[in-house]
Amino acid sequence: MSQLSASVMKKIDLELEKYPLDQKRSAVMAALQFVQAEKGWLSDDSISLVANYLDLPEIAVMEVATFYNMYDLKPVGKYKISICTNISCALRGVDEMVNHIQKSLNIKFNQVSDNGRFCLKESECMGNCDAAPMITINNEKMYEKLTPESFDRLIKELK
Amino acid sequence: MPDEILAPEQIQKKVFPLCLRTKDLKNPASLATYLSIGGYQAITKILKEQISPQQLIDEIKLSGLRGRGGAGFPTGLKWSFMPKDIKGDKYIVCNSDEGEPGTFKDRDIIRYNPHQIIEGMLIGAYIMGANRGYNYIHGEIWQEYLSFHEATREARKAGYLGNKILKSDFNFDLHAVHGYGAYICGEETALIESIEGKKGQPRFKPPFPATHGIYGRPTNVNNTETYASIPWIINHGGQAFSDLGVANAGGTKIFSVSGHVNKPGNYEIEMGMPFSELLELAGGVWKGRELKAVIPGGPSTALVPAESIMQATMDYDGLAKIGSSLGAGSLIVMDQTTCMVQTLKRLSYFFYEESCGQCTPCREGTGWVYRVIKRIVDGQGRSEDLALLKDVSNKISGRTICALGDAAAVPVLSFIKHFENEFQYFIQHKKSMMGQQNA
Ligand SMILES: Cc1cc2nc3c(=O)[nH]c(=O)nc-3n(C[C@H](O)[C@H](O)[C@H](O)COP(=O)(O)O)c2cc1C
Ligand code: SF4
Ligand code: FES
Repeated sequence: MSQLSASVMKKIDLELEKYPLDQKRSAVMAALQFVQAEKGWLSDDSISLVANYLDLPEIAVMEVATFYNMYDLKPVGKYKISICTNISCALRGVDEMVNHIQKSLNIKFNQVSDNGRFCLKESECMGNCDAAPMITINNEKMYEKLTPESFDRLIKELK
Repeated sequence: MPDEILAPEQIQKKVFPLCLRTKDLKNPASLATYLSIGGYQAITKILKEQISPQQLIDEIKLSGLRGRGGAGFPTGLKWSFMPKDIKGDKYIVCNSDEGEPGTFKDRDIIRYNPHQIIEGMLIGAYIMGANRGYNYIHGEIWQEYLSFHEATREARKAGYLGNKILKSDFNFDLHAVHGYGAYICGEETALIESIEGKKGQPRFKPPFPATHGIYGRPTNVNNTETYASIPWIINHGGQAFSDLGVANAGGTKIFSVSGHVNKPGNYEIEMGMPFSELLELAGGVWKGRELKAVIPGGPSTALVPAESIMQATMDYDGLAKIGSSLGAGSLIVMDQTTCMVQTLKRLSYFFYEESCGQCTPCREGTGWVYRVIKRIVDGQGRSEDLALLKDVSNKISGRTICALGDAAAVPVLSFIKHFENEFQYFIQHKKSMMGQQNA
């Protein structure tokens, strides 16, 4: 079994400082997020490493990883594109945006493009509804008020 | 602030940036900016003069402030429930997990005025005797999580957080933590589970968080906007805050306006402004179209048709009068072209997807409702489907651990109530009465 990287361990240690000493479990959400940001997704191996590091049963970590939608338990390509399709975004034409993205990347929801670069995920409300339609890339960066043109430009820049 | 006391109907309700008062300043989120508008003066005064917690609670009760997270529970009263005699850790939590579709107000308070949240939490911690605090931030707004974290660092460095705050005996530390894509974690006991590092499944109450919260310790949870309103109340007095609003609804409120308007965004106004004026602030209905219906407080509040909302005022009683409620103040505006059947399908999917699955009526009921509406949209609707939808929804309501179950029933019942003909049409003709469209 491999190891957590030094930088991930350092980040987890900082996170642990937010909680009482005997409550290491509280850092599990952040720990998974750090590992995912580094590896792109959460393998079984990563789950065990996080469990080990926080002295938790693997099942406790797995439960968290499967419950929260932003964790990925399968590879999602280099760029995971999440798009909110909930009501406020739907009223602002997100369906057309979804069609455009699916056509231009040649993938459907939850598929990874052939070149391994892109994956498209459907998301619930991101709490950013005045900027519809919008996407996040790899959970961290948000791109707002998209048009087919601005989306195409973005993809070009990512390549 | 009006100089003399006026009868509510005489008061002109206007835009009043209170939680968002730094928004138009340079570097709005910085400590320097907050200090330049009198920031941290309330907590400084409290600590210097040793103002008693009871006196502060009385001021907050007088202000008429009600929880801005959706339920509208009086904040002063809630704070008085925190047990005083228990030794050891006590927690306060700021709920910035807003994920109810159409809600994006807490995002702007964090983005533009994070120190006012911190000061509100400091005052709350002082009143309730809490030594630890968290701000739990919705996972999708990652930049806001980072910037709130930065604000806590700045505040700690300046002596506003940590031990012996402003050289007093008061200790309180506060950290930003984040969700990762689960609407249910906005429910306060699910949020507590999540902070403990678990799945966000709501707890059965009682016991309430005030006695058994994070790690079994006394805990209080309030919405971001609730905390951010507190410093103003302490600085200007409860009466002044109450005067900004109307009976039963003190103060200002941020309304998140989304959907079919020209200028979607947040509008912080005095409670009690007529809906028609708020709609005008948001630039009116887009594309010169007519208003069809509005969800006034987020999908867990009942949809109302244009003719009733145009008569309503934006406060708790004003919206109750037309059969809906204020919720979190999330207005979702729909123009005349909107297909109610397809819109309801998306909302039903949301509740089905976000049900945490612990209660059978919610887990099974939300899936059932979604499948029935989906079959109507797919042209497979049956004449008995509307009765079925109402029946299933009524059987979820009131039979679950948390309010998500009740919330899931609200759109189904209100959409069908006001637009039954559209649903009938869809079932009979296997297509939308509104023609081809996306929803
Ligand atoms: C399904 C569900 C989701 C909720 N989401 C939120 C939320 O995102 N933000 C929030 O402040 N309150 C939310 N609440 C309400 C909280 O449980 C709690 O009442 C609130 O945070 C208390 O703060 P307040 O009194 O200041 O409003 C939600 C409740 C339920 C049942
Ligand atoms: S009502 Fe639904 S979301 Fe709430 S606890 Fe029950 S199953 Fe979970
Ligand atoms: S509905 Fe899409 S961000 Fe809120």
